[in-house]
Amino acid sequence: MSGTVRQSTEGTRGIAGRVTRPQAAPVPVRVSIRHLSFFYGARQALKDITLDLPDRRVTGLIGPSGCGKSTLLRVLNRMYDLYPGQRATGEVLMDGENLLDNDVDLNLLRSRVGMVFQKPTPFPMSVYDNIAFGVKLHEKLSRAAMDERVEWSLTRAALWDEVKDRLHASAAGLSGGQQQRLCIARTIAVKPEVVLLDEPTSALDPISTLRVEELIDELKRDFTIAVVTHNMQQAARVADQVAFFYLGELIECGPAAQMFTAPREKRTQDYITGRFG
Amino acid sequence: MSGARTAAASSAGMRRRRRVTNLAGLGFAALATLFGLFFLFWILGATLVNGFAALGPRLFTEMTPPPGAQGGLLNALYGSTLMIVVGTAVGTPVGVMAGTWLAEYGGARPLAGATRFLNDILLSAPSIVIGLFVYEVVVSSTGHFSGWAGAVALALILLPIIVRTSDETLRLIPTALREATLALGAPRWRMIASVLWPAARTGISTGILLAIARISGETAPLLFTALNNQFWTWNPANPMANVPVVIFQYALSPYETWHDLAWAGALIMTLVVLIVSVGARYALSGRRRKT
Repeated sequence: MSGTVRQSTEGTRGIAGRVTRPQAAPVPVRVSIRHLSFFYGARQALKDITLDLPDRRVTGLIGPSGCGKSTLLRVLNRMYDLYPGQRATGEVLMDGENLLDNDVDLNLLRSRVGMVFQKPTPFPMSVYDNIAFGVKLHEKLSRAAMDERVEWSLTRAALWDEVKDRLHASAAGLSGGQQQRLCIARTIAVKPEVVLLDEPTSALDPISTLRVEELIDELKRDFTIAVVTHNMQQAARVADQVAFFYLGELIECGPAAQMFTAPREKRTQDYITGRFG
Repeated sequence: MSGARTAAASSAGMRRRRRVTNLAGLGFAALATLFGLFFLFWILGATLVNGFAALGPRLFTEMTPPPGAQGGLLNALYGSTLMIVVGTAVGTPVGVMAGTWLAEYGGARPLAGATRFLNDILLSAPSIVIGLFVYEVVVSSTGHFSGWAGAVALALILLPIIVRTSDETLRLIPTALREATLALGAPRWRMIASVLWPAARTGISTGILLAIARISGETAPLLFTALNNQFWTWNPANPMANVPVVIFQYALSPYETWHDLAWAGALIMTLVVLIVSVGARYALSGRRRKT
Protein backbone atom coordinates (compact mmCIF):
# COMPACT_ATOMS: atom_id res chain seq x y z
CA MET A 1 0.00 0.00 0.00
CA SER A 2 2.49 2.57 1.12
CA GLY A 3 4.87 1.22 -1.52
CA THR A 4 2.54 2.13 -4.35
CA VAL A 5 1.90 5.57 -2.88
CA ARG A 6 5.57 6.28 -2.62
CA GLN A 7 6.10 5.15 -6.17
CA SER A 8 3.37 7.38 -7.53
CA THR A 9 4.45 10.47 -5.61
CA GLU A 10 8.06 10.09 -6.62
CA GLY A 11 7.00 9.59 -10.19
CA THR A 12 4.98 12.80 -10.24
CA ARG A 13 7.77 14.70 -8.63
CA GLY A 14 9.90 13.83 -11.62
CA ILE A 15 7.30 15.14 -14.02
CA ALA A 16 6.73 18.25 -11.94
CA GLY A 17 10.41 18.94 -12.08
CA ARG A 18 10.52 18.57 -15.84
CA VAL A 19 7.57 20.69 -16.71
CA THR A 20 7.89 23.58 -14.26
CA ARG A 21 11.17 24.50 -15.85
CA PRO A 22 10.24 24.95 -19.47
CA GLN A 23 13.07 27.34 -20.28
CA ALA A 24 15.69 24.84 -19.22
CA ALA A 25 16.64 27.05 -16.26
CA PRO A 26 16.18 24.59 -13.38
CA VAL A 27 13.94 25.82 -10.60
CA PRO A 28 15.64 25.17 -7.28
CA VAL A 29 13.61 23.50 -4.58
CA ARG A 30 12.80 25.74 -1.60
CA VAL A 31 11.06 23.29 0.68
CA SER A 32 11.43 19.57 0.37
CA ILE A 33 8.89 17.38 2.14
CA ARG A 34 10.05 13.78 2.62
CA HIS A 35 7.89 10.89 3.86
CA LEU A 36 5.82 13.18 6.05
CA SER A 37 3.13 11.60 8.20
CA PHE A 38 0.97 13.51 10.63
CA PHE A 39 -1.19 12.42 13.52
CA TYR A 40 -4.00 14.10 15.46
CA GLY A 41 -3.70 11.84 18.47
CA ALA A 42 -4.26 8.36 17.08
CA ARG A 43 -5.82 9.52 13.82
CA GLN A 44 -3.43 9.76 10.91
CA ALA A 45 -4.14 12.83 8.79
CA LEU A 46 -1.20 12.70 6.38
CA LYS A 47 0.28 9.51 5.01
CA ASP A 48 3.85 9.45 3.79
CA ILE A 49 3.78 12.68 1.80
CA THR A 50 6.74 13.48 -0.43
CA LEU A 51 6.50 16.81 -2.26
CA ASP A 52 8.76 19.67 -3.30
CA LEU A 53 7.86 23.36 -3.23
CA PRO A 54 9.85 24.96 -6.07
CA ASP A 55 11.49 28.29 -5.33
CA ARG A 56 9.37 31.35 -6.16
CA ARG A 57 6.57 29.31 -7.61
CA VAL A 58 2.99 28.86 -6.46
CA THR A 59 2.01 25.38 -5.37
CA GLY A 60 -1.75 24.84 -5.19
CA LEU A 61 -3.01 22.22 -2.75
CA ILE A 62 -6.42 20.85 -3.67
CA GLY A 63 -8.65 18.05 -2.48
CA PRO A 64 -11.93 17.45 -0.67
CA SER A 65 -12.47 18.68 2.92
CA GLY A 66 -10.53 16.68 5.46
CA CYS A 67 -7.97 15.43 2.95
CA GLY A 68 -5.06 16.91 4.86
CA LYS A 69 -4.10 19.90 2.74
CA SER A 70 -4.54 22.46 5.53
CA THR A 71 -2.80 20.07 7.89
CA LEU A 72 0.19 20.09 5.55
CA LEU A 73 0.39 23.90 5.77
CA ARG A 74 0.21 23.73 9.56
CA VAL A 75 3.15 21.35 9.56
CA LEU A 76 5.31 23.64 7.44
CA ASN A 77 5.37 26.42 10.07
CA ARG A 78 4.94 24.06 13.04
CA MET A 79 1.55 25.55 13.95
CA TYR A 80 0.59 22.10 15.23
CA ASP A 81 3.12 22.50 18.05
CA LEU A 82 0.53 24.57 19.92
CA TYR A 83 -1.64 21.55 20.48
CA PRO A 84 -0.62 18.59 22.57
CA GLY A 85 -1.25 15.22 20.97
CA GLN A 86 -0.44 16.37 17.44
CA ARG A 87 2.80 15.08 15.97
CA ALA A 88 4.60 14.71 12.67
CA THR A 89 7.14 12.18 11.43
CA GLY A 90 9.38 12.36 8.38
CA GLU A 91 11.30 15.38 7.18
CA VAL A 92 10.61 18.89 5.95
CA LEU A 93 13.88 20.25 4.61
CA MET A 94 14.64 23.91 4.04
CA ASP A 95 18.26 24.88 3.39
CA GLY A 96 19.26 21.40 4.47
CA GLU A 97 17.67 21.86 7.89
CA ASN A 98 14.85 19.61 9.04
CA LEU A 99 12.07 21.92 10.26
CA LEU A 100 10.57 19.12 12.32
CA ASP A 101 13.64 18.82 14.58
CA ASN A 102 12.96 19.51 18.22
CA ASP A 103 15.69 22.12 18.52
CA VAL A 104 14.33 24.35 15.73
CA ASP A 105 13.69 27.89 17.01
CA LEU A 106 9.96 28.16 16.32
CA ASN A 107 9.80 31.95 16.38
CA LEU A 108 12.64 32.15 13.88
CA LEU A 109 11.06 29.42 11.72
CA ARG A 110 7.75 31.30 11.65
CA SER A 111 9.55 34.45 10.56
CA ARG A 112 10.87 32.44 7.59
CA VAL A 113 7.62 30.61 6.86
CA GLY A 114 4.68 33.01 7.13
CA MET A 115 1.01 32.07 7.10
CA VAL A 116 -2.25 33.77 6.12
CA PHE A 117 -5.47 32.29 7.41
CA GLN A 118 -8.90 31.65 6.01
CA LYS A 119 -10.64 34.48 7.81
CA PRO A 120 -9.03 37.90 8.04
CA THR A 121 -7.48 38.32 11.48
CA PRO A 122 -6.58 41.98 11.96
CA PHE A 123 -4.99 42.73 15.33
CA PRO A 124 -6.88 45.18 17.57
CA MET A 125 -4.58 48.07 16.71
CA SER A 126 -3.97 50.56 13.92
CA VAL A 127 -3.20 49.58 10.33
CA TYR A 128 0.38 50.76 10.81
CA ASP A 129 0.87 48.82 14.03
CA ASN A 130 -0.58 45.68 12.46
CA ILE A 131 2.37 45.70 10.07
CA ALA A 132 4.98 46.97 12.52
CA PHE A 133 4.06 44.38 15.15
CA GLY A 134 5.55 41.44 13.27
CA VAL A 135 8.58 43.39 12.07
CA LYS A 136 9.44 44.55 15.59
CA LEU A 137 9.53 40.94 16.75
CA HIS A 138 12.53 40.21 14.58
CA GLU A 139 14.24 43.47 13.69
CA LYS A 140 15.20 46.73 15.33
CA LEU A 141 14.34 49.43 12.81
CA SER A 142 14.55 53.20 13.04
CA ARG A 143 11.31 55.08 12.75
CA ALA A 144 12.06 56.05 9.15
CA ALA A 145 13.05 52.50 8.20
CA MET A 146 9.84 51.19 9.77
CA ASP A 147 7.75 53.73 7.87
CA GLU A 148 9.46 52.57 4.72
CA ARG A 149 8.86 48.89 5.52
CA VAL A 150 5.19 49.52 6.24
CA GLU A 151 4.77 51.37 2.95
CA TRP A 152 6.69 48.66 1.08
CA SER A 153 4.61 45.79 2.40
CA LEU A 154 1.30 47.61 1.95
CA THR A 155 2.29 48.50 -1.59
CA ARG A 156 3.23 44.90 -2.35
CA ALA A 157 -0.12 43.81 -0.94
CA ALA A 158 -1.90 46.31 -3.23
CA LEU A 159 -3.37 48.10 -0.24
CA TRP A 160 -1.23 51.22 0.12
CA ASP A 161 -3.41 53.55 -1.96
CA GLU A 162 -6.50 52.57 0.00
CA VAL A 163 -5.04 52.98 3.49
CA LYS A 164 -2.28 55.55 3.20
CA ASP A 165 -4.54 58.25 4.67
CA ARG A 166 -5.74 56.12 7.55
CA LEU A 167 -2.59 54.32 8.66
CA HIS A 168 -3.27 55.22 12.27
CA ALA A 169 -6.95 54.31 12.25
CA SER A 170 -8.10 50.98 13.63
CA ALA A 171 -7.62 48.03 11.27
CA ALA A 172 -11.03 46.76 12.31
CA GLY A 173 -12.58 49.53 10.19
CA LEU A 174 -11.28 48.05 6.92
CA SER A 175 -13.49 45.91 4.68
CA GLY A 176 -13.07 42.12 4.69
CA GLY A 177 -11.02 42.13 1.49
CA GLN A 178 -8.82 44.96 2.76
CA GLN A 179 -8.33 43.14 6.05
CA GLN A 180 -7.18 40.02 4.24
CA ARG A 181 -4.71 42.02 2.15
CA LEU A 182 -3.56 43.65 5.39
CA CYS A 183 -2.89 40.17 6.77
CA ILE A 184 -0.88 39.34 3.67
CA ALA A 185 1.04 42.63 4.00
CA ARG A 186 1.69 41.86 7.66
CA THR A 187 3.07 38.45 6.71
CA ILE A 188 5.38 39.65 3.95
CA ALA A 189 6.58 42.62 6.04
CA VAL A 190 8.58 40.13 8.08
CA LYS A 191 10.27 39.12 4.79
CA PRO A 192 9.70 35.39 4.97
CA GLU A 193 11.00 32.99 2.36
CA VAL A 194 7.82 30.94 2.15
CA VAL A 195 4.23 32.21 2.40
CA LEU A 196 1.46 29.74 3.25
CA LEU A 197 -2.08 30.73 2.34
CA ASP A 198 -4.91 28.67 3.82
CA GLU A 199 -7.99 29.28 1.67
CA PRO A 200 -7.21 33.00 1.66
CA THR A 201 -10.26 34.03 -0.39
CA SER A 202 -12.98 31.78 0.98
CA ALA A 203 -14.39 34.60 3.14
CA LEU A 204 -14.14 37.25 0.42
CA ASP A 205 -16.41 38.61 -2.29
CA PRO A 206 -15.50 38.03 -5.97
CA ILE A 207 -13.79 41.40 -6.49
CA SER A 208 -11.63 41.00 -3.39
CA THR A 209 -10.89 37.42 -4.45
CA LEU A 210 -9.66 38.63 -7.80
CA ARG A 211 -7.39 41.19 -6.15
CA VAL A 212 -5.91 38.60 -3.81
CA GLU A 213 -5.31 36.23 -6.74
CA GLU A 214 -3.52 38.96 -8.69
CA LEU A 215 -1.53 39.64 -5.57
CA ILE A 216 -0.45 36.00 -5.26
CA ASP A 217 0.72 36.09 -8.85
CA GLU A 218 2.72 39.21 -8.12
CA LEU A 219 4.19 37.95 -4.85
CA LYS A 220 5.75 34.86 -6.37
CA ARG A 221 8.52 37.05 -7.76
CA ASP A 222 9.88 37.19 -4.22
CA PHE A 223 8.29 34.39 -2.24
CA THR A 224 7.72 30.68 -2.48
CA ILE A 225 3.99 30.21 -2.05
CA ALA A 226 1.76 27.32 -1.06
CA VAL A 227 -1.96 27.96 -1.30
CA VAL A 228 -4.79 25.71 -0.16
CA THR A 229 -7.97 26.22 -2.14
CA HIS A 230 -11.34 24.61 -2.69
CA ASN A 231 -11.80 26.48 -5.90
CA MET A 232 -10.52 24.64 -8.98
CA GLN A 233 -10.57 27.74 -11.16
CA GLN A 234 -8.53 29.53 -8.57
CA ALA A 235 -5.96 26.74 -8.48
CA ALA A 236 -5.79 26.83 -12.28
CA ARG A 237 -5.39 30.61 -12.26
CA VAL A 238 -2.75 31.07 -9.60
CA ALA A 239 -0.79 27.82 -9.28
CA ASP A 240 2.26 26.72 -11.24
CA GLN A 241 2.21 23.31 -9.64
CA VAL A 242 -0.85 21.56 -8.27
CA ALA A 243 -0.96 18.75 -5.72
CA PHE A 244 -4.12 16.72 -5.23
CA PHE A 245 -4.73 15.19 -1.81
CA TYR A 246 -7.29 12.58 -0.91
CA LEU A 247 -7.82 10.98 2.50
CA GLY A 248 -4.41 12.07 3.72
CA GLU A 249 -2.51 10.83 0.70
CA LEU A 250 -0.86 12.82 -2.04
CA ILE A 251 -2.51 11.30 -5.10
CA GLU A 252 -0.87 13.31 -7.80
CA CYS A 253 1.27 16.37 -8.28
CA GLY A 254 2.09 18.10 -11.53
CA PRO A 255 2.13 21.36 -13.43
CA ALA A 256 -1.21 23.12 -13.26
CA ALA A 257 -1.82 22.91 -17.00
CA GLN A 258 -1.33 19.17 -17.04
CA MET A 259 -3.30 18.53 -13.83
CA PHE A 260 -6.40 20.22 -15.17
CA THR A 261 -6.26 18.92 -18.72
CA ALA A 262 -4.68 15.52 -18.51
CA PRO A 263 -4.47 14.19 -14.95
CA ARG A 264 -2.92 10.76 -14.78
CA GLU A 265 -5.01 9.50 -11.90
CA LYS A 266 -8.69 8.68 -12.21
CA ARG A 267 -9.41 10.10 -8.73
CA THR A 268 -7.87 13.44 -9.67
CA GLN A 269 -9.99 13.58 -12.80
CA ASP A 270 -13.14 12.72 -10.85
CA TYR A 271 -12.42 15.44 -8.28
CA ILE A 272 -11.56 18.26 -10.65
CA THR A 273 -14.55 17.52 -12.82
CA GLY A 274 -16.79 17.66 -9.74
CA ARG A 275 -17.76 14.01 -9.57
CA PHE A 276 -16.99 13.91 -5.84
CA GLY A 277 -15.57 16.13 -3.13
CA MET B 1 -66.07 18.66 1.04
CA SER B 2 -67.04 18.32 4.68
CA GLY B 3 -63.50 17.06 5.38
CA ALA B 4 -62.03 20.26 4.01
CA ARG B 5 -64.46 22.32 6.05
CA THR B 6 -63.56 20.59 9.34
CA ALA B 7 -59.88 21.01 8.50
CA ALA B 8 -60.45 24.73 7.97
CA ALA B 9 -62.48 24.94 11.16
CA SER B 10 -59.85 23.15 13.19
CA SER B 11 -57.09 25.39 11.83
CA ALA B 12 -59.20 28.43 12.74
CA GLY B 13 -59.61 26.93 16.21
CA MET B 14 -55.87 26.39 16.43
CA ARG B 15 -55.19 29.99 15.46
CA ARG B 16 -57.61 31.21 18.14
CA ARG B 17 -55.98 28.98 20.75
CA ARG B 18 -52.58 30.32 19.81
CA ARG B 19 -53.78 33.90 20.06
CA VAL B 20 -55.19 33.28 23.52
CA THR B 21 -52.03 31.52 24.70
CA ASN B 22 -49.96 34.35 23.33
CA LEU B 23 -52.04 36.99 25.10
CA ALA B 24 -51.94 35.08 28.38
CA GLY B 25 -48.15 34.68 28.13
CA LEU B 26 -47.63 38.34 27.33
CA GLY B 27 -49.98 39.32 30.17
CA PHE B 28 -48.09 37.26 32.73
CA ALA B 29 -44.74 38.56 31.50
CA ALA B 30 -45.97 42.14 31.76
CA LEU B 31 -47.35 41.54 35.27
CA ALA B 32 -44.07 40.02 36.43
CA THR B 33 -42.14 42.96 34.99
CA LEU B 34 -44.46 45.46 36.68
CA PHE B 35 -44.15 43.60 39.97
CA GLY B 36 -40.33 43.82 39.83
CA LEU B 37 -40.29 47.43 38.66
CA PHE B 38 -42.79 48.45 41.35
CA PHE B 39 -40.46 47.44 44.17
CA LEU B 40 -37.37 48.73 42.37
CA PHE B 41 -38.94 52.17 42.00
CA TRP B 42 -40.29 52.08 45.55
CA ILE B 43 -36.78 51.47 46.88
CA LEU B 44 -35.22 54.05 44.58
CA GLY B 45 -38.00 56.53 45.32
CA ALA B 46 -37.69 56.16 49.10
CA THR B 47 -33.90 56.51 48.86
CA LEU B 48 -34.17 59.58 46.66
CA VAL B 49 -36.85 61.34 48.72
CA ASN B 50 -35.31 60.67 52.13
CA GLY B 51 -31.75 60.99 50.89
CA PHE B 52 -32.23 64.32 49.12
CA ALA B 53 -33.87 65.72 52.22
CA ALA B 54 -30.73 64.87 54.17
CA LEU B 55 -28.25 66.08 51.57
CA GLY B 56 -26.23 69.15 52.41
CA PRO B 57 -22.72 70.53 52.27
CA ARG B 58 -22.04 69.23 55.80
CA LEU B 59 -22.10 65.66 54.50
CA PHE B 60 -18.79 66.25 52.78
CA THR B 61 -17.13 68.49 55.36
CA GLU B 62 -17.96 67.05 58.78
CA MET B 63 -17.31 63.81 60.61
CA THR B 64 -19.95 61.34 61.72
CA PRO B 65 -21.54 62.97 64.79
CA PRO B 66 -22.30 61.62 68.25
CA PRO B 67 -26.00 61.02 68.98
CA GLY B 68 -28.12 64.12 68.77
CA ALA B 69 -25.44 66.34 67.22
CA GLN B 70 -25.12 67.58 63.64
CA GLY B 71 -22.47 66.08 61.39
CA GLY B 72 -21.55 64.60 58.04
CA LEU B 73 -20.06 61.54 56.43
CA LEU B 74 -16.59 62.79 55.45
CA ASN B 75 -14.66 60.14 57.38
CA ALA B 76 -16.92 57.37 56.08
CA LEU B 77 -16.69 58.55 52.47
CA TYR B 78 -12.90 58.75 52.74
CA GLY B 79 -12.68 55.32 54.36
CA SER B 80 -14.92 53.69 51.74
CA THR B 81 -13.04 55.29 48.87
CA LEU B 82 -9.67 54.28 50.27
CA MET B 83 -10.66 50.67 50.92
CA ILE B 84 -12.33 50.30 47.52
CA VAL B 85 -9.29 51.77 45.75
CA VAL B 86 -6.81 49.59 47.65
CA GLY B 87 -8.98 46.49 47.29
CA THR B 88 -9.31 47.09 43.54
CA ALA B 89 -5.60 47.82 43.14
CA VAL B 90 -4.73 44.55 44.86
CA GLY B 91 -7.44 42.35 43.37
CA THR B 92 -7.39 43.50 39.75
CA PRO B 93 -3.86 42.51 38.67
CA VAL B 94 -4.09 39.19 40.48
CA GLY B 95 -7.50 38.50 38.96
CA VAL B 96 -6.51 39.42 35.41
CA MET B 97 -3.32 37.35 35.63
CA ALA B 98 -5.18 34.35 37.06
CA GLY B 99 -7.90 34.63 34.39
CA THR B 100 -5.21 34.88 31.71
CA TRP B 101 -3.46 31.80 33.01
CA LEU B 102 -6.74 29.87 33.02
CA ALA B 103 -7.65 30.88 29.48
CA GLU B 104 -4.23 30.73 27.83
CA TYR B 105 -2.20 28.14 29.72
CA GLY B 106 -4.69 26.17 31.79
CA GLY B 107 -6.39 24.47 28.88
CA ALA B 108 -7.76 21.11 29.95
CA ARG B 109 -5.29 20.64 32.80
CA PRO B 110 -6.81 19.33 36.05
CA LEU B 111 -5.31 22.31 37.88
CA ALA B 112 -7.27 24.69 35.64
CA GLY B 113 -10.51 22.79 36.23
CA ALA B 114 -9.93 22.79 39.98
CA THR B 115 -9.07 26.51 39.94
CA ARG B 116 -12.24 27.38 38.02
CA PHE B 117 -14.33 25.29 40.42
CA LEU B 118 -12.81 26.89 43.53
CA ASN B 119 -13.11 30.31 41.98
CA ASP B 120 -16.81 29.73 41.40
CA ILE B 121 -17.20 28.74 45.05
CA LEU B 122 -15.39 31.91 46.12
CA LEU B 123 -17.63 33.86 43.77
CA SER B 124 -20.78 32.62 45.43
CA ALA B 125 -19.45 32.54 49.00
CA PRO B 126 -21.54 34.72 51.35
CA SER B 127 -19.55 37.89 51.93
CA ILE B 128 -19.91 37.53 55.68
CA VAL B 129 -17.83 34.35 55.46
CA ILE B 130 -15.10 36.30 53.73
CA GLY B 131 -15.35 38.92 56.48
CA LEU B 132 -14.91 36.25 59.15
CA PHE B 133 -11.98 34.76 57.26
CA VAL B 134 -10.17 38.10 57.08
CA TYR B 135 -11.05 38.68 60.74
CA GLU B 136 -9.28 35.44 61.65
CA VAL B 137 -6.30 35.97 59.38
CA VAL B 138 -5.67 39.73 59.62
CA VAL B 139 -7.60 41.23 62.51
CA SER B 140 -6.81 38.48 65.03
CA SER B 141 -3.17 38.32 64.12
CA THR B 142 -2.62 42.10 64.17
CA GLY B 143 -4.77 42.49 67.25
CA HIS B 144 -7.02 45.27 66.00
CA PHE B 145 -9.52 46.24 63.31
CA SER B 146 -8.03 48.23 60.44
CA GLY B 147 -8.68 49.78 57.05
CA TRP B 148 -6.12 47.39 55.57
CA ALA B 149 -8.14 44.40 56.76
CA GLY B 150 -11.23 45.95 55.15
CA ALA B 151 -9.37 46.44 51.87
CA VAL B 152 -8.21 42.80 51.93
CA ALA B 153 -11.78 41.60 52.46
CA LEU B 154 -13.00 43.73 49.55
CA ALA B 155 -10.15 42.47 47.35
CA LEU B 156 -11.18 38.88 48.10
CA ILE B 157 -14.75 39.62 47.00
CA LEU B 158 -13.60 41.41 43.85
CA LEU B 159 -10.99 38.84 42.86
CA PRO B 160 -13.20 35.92 41.72
CA ILE B 161 -15.40 38.23 39.64
CA ILE B 162 -12.38 39.48 37.73
CA VAL B 163 -10.88 36.00 37.36
CA ARG B 164 -14.15 34.77 35.88
CA THR B 165 -14.70 37.65 33.47
CA SER B 166 -11.06 37.71 32.28
CA ASP B 167 -11.08 33.96 31.71
CA GLU B 168 -14.36 34.00 29.82
CA THR B 169 -13.58 37.07 27.75
CA LEU B 170 -10.22 35.66 26.67
CA ARG B 171 -11.73 32.32 25.79
CA LEU B 172 -14.21 34.07 23.48
CA ILE B 173 -11.36 35.35 21.31
CA PRO B 174 -11.15 33.20 18.17
CA THR B 175 -8.26 30.75 17.97
CA ALA B 176 -7.45 32.20 14.55
CA LEU B 177 -6.28 35.45 16.16
CA ARG B 178 -3.89 33.54 18.42
CA GLU B 179 -2.55 31.46 15.55
CA ALA B 180 -2.16 34.51 13.34
CA THR B 181 -0.06 36.21 16.02
CA LEU B 182 2.12 33.18 16.65
CA ALA B 183 2.47 32.60 12.89
CA LEU B 184 4.39 35.90 12.72
CA GLY B 185 6.93 34.43 15.11
CA ALA B 186 5.62 36.12 18.25
CA PRO B 187 6.40 34.51 21.59
CA ARG B 188 3.38 33.64 23.67
CA TRP B 189 3.72 36.37 26.31
CA ARG B 190 3.93 38.93 23.54
CA MET B 191 0.76 37.58 21.95
CA ILE B 192 -1.06 37.90 25.28
CA ALA B 193 0.19 41.39 26.12
CA SER B 194 0.00 42.97 22.67
CA VAL B 195 -2.93 41.24 20.99
CA LEU B 196 -5.16 39.29 23.36
CA TRP B 197 -5.44 41.82 26.20
CA PRO B 198 -6.26 44.68 23.83
CA ALA B 199 -8.80 42.42 22.09
CA ALA B 200 -10.37 41.53 25.44
CA ARG B 201 -10.10 45.03 26.90
CA THR B 202 -13.82 45.77 26.75
CA GLY B 203 -14.86 42.60 28.52
CA ILE B 204 -12.16 42.72 31.15
CA SER B 205 -12.75 46.37 32.02
CA THR B 206 -16.49 45.81 32.23
CA GLY B 207 -15.79 43.00 34.69
CA ILE B 208 -13.58 45.28 36.77
CA LEU B 209 -16.21 48.04 36.88
CA LEU B 210 -18.97 45.63 37.84
CA ALA B 211 -16.74 44.17 40.56
CA ILE B 212 -16.11 47.68 41.91
CA ALA B 213 -19.86 48.34 41.93
CA ARG B 214 -20.34 45.11 43.84
CA ILE B 215 -17.77 45.83 46.56
CA SER B 216 -18.96 49.41 46.98
CA GLY B 217 -22.06 48.22 48.77
CA GLU B 218 -20.58 45.39 50.84
CA THR B 219 -21.29 45.75 54.55
CA ALA B 220 -20.81 42.37 56.17
CA PRO B 221 -17.10 41.90 55.40
CA LEU B 222 -16.31 45.41 56.69
CA LEU B 223 -18.15 44.87 59.99
CA PHE B 224 -15.53 42.31 60.94
CA THR B 225 -12.50 44.05 59.49
CA ALA B 226 -12.57 47.84 59.24
CA LEU B 227 -15.29 48.11 61.90
CA ASN B 228 -16.07 51.79 62.17
CA ASN B 229 -14.50 54.95 63.51
CA GLN B 230 -16.23 58.00 64.85
CA PHE B 231 -13.22 60.18 64.08
CA TRP B 232 -11.09 61.20 61.19
CA THR B 233 -8.04 59.08 60.38
CA TRP B 234 -5.70 59.12 57.41
CA ASN B 235 -4.07 55.94 58.46
CA PRO B 236 -5.58 52.65 57.24
CA ALA B 237 -3.80 50.81 60.05
CA ASN B 238 -6.56 52.17 62.32
CA PRO B 239 -10.18 51.10 62.35
CA MET B 240 -11.88 53.08 59.61
CA ALA B 241 -15.30 54.53 59.06
CA ASN B 242 -17.04 53.46 55.86
CA VAL B 243 -20.40 54.26 54.36
CA PRO B 244 -22.09 50.81 54.44
CA VAL B 245 -21.31 50.16 58.12
CA VAL B 246 -22.31 53.73 59.05
CA ILE B 247 -25.63 53.20 57.25
CA PHE B 248 -26.10 49.91 59.10
CA GLN B 249 -25.42 51.39 62.54
CA TYR B 250 -27.22 54.68 62.07
CA ALA B 251 -30.30 53.09 60.54
CA LEU B 252 -30.65 50.83 63.59
CA SER B 253 -30.25 53.71 66.03
CA PRO B 254 -33.16 55.63 67.64
CA TYR B 255 -31.78 59.08 66.66
CA GLU B 256 -33.42 61.18 63.96
CA THR B 257 -30.17 62.89 62.86
CA TRP B 258 -28.50 59.51 62.42
CA HIS B 259 -31.43 58.28 60.33
CA ASP B 260 -31.03 61.24 58.00
CA LEU B 261 -27.32 60.56 57.60
CA ALA B 262 -28.05 56.90 56.85
CA TRP B 263 -30.49 57.96 54.11
CA ALA B 264 -27.93 60.36 52.68
CA GLY B 265 -25.28 57.64 52.73
CA ALA B 266 -27.66 55.21 51.03
CA LEU B 267 -28.39 57.76 48.32
CA ILE B 268 -24.71 58.44 47.70
CA MET B 269 -23.86 54.72 47.48
CA THR B 270 -26.80 54.07 45.16
CA LEU B 271 -25.76 56.90 42.87
CA VAL B 272 -22.12 55.75 42.81
CA VAL B 273 -23.09 52.18 41.95
CA LEU B 274 -25.54 53.45 39.34
CA ILE B 275 -22.93 55.66 37.73
CA VAL B 276 -20.33 52.88 37.68
CA SER B 277 -22.79 50.37 36.16
CA VAL B 278 -24.12 52.77 33.55
CA GLY B 279 -20.55 53.87 32.81
CA ALA B 280 -19.57 50.23 32.27
CA ARG B 281 -22.46 49.65 29.88
CA TYR B 282 -21.72 52.85 28.03
CA ALA B 283 -18.00 52.11 27.66
CA LEU B 284 -18.87 48.63 26.42
CA SER B 285 -21.35 49.73 23.80
CA GLY B 286 -19.19 52.68 22.77
CA ARG B 287 -16.28 50.39 21.95
CA ARG B 288 -18.53 47.92 20.14
CA ARG B 289 -19.83 50.65 17.93
CA LYS B 290 -16.35 51.74 16.97
CA THR B 291 -15.14 48.33 15.86
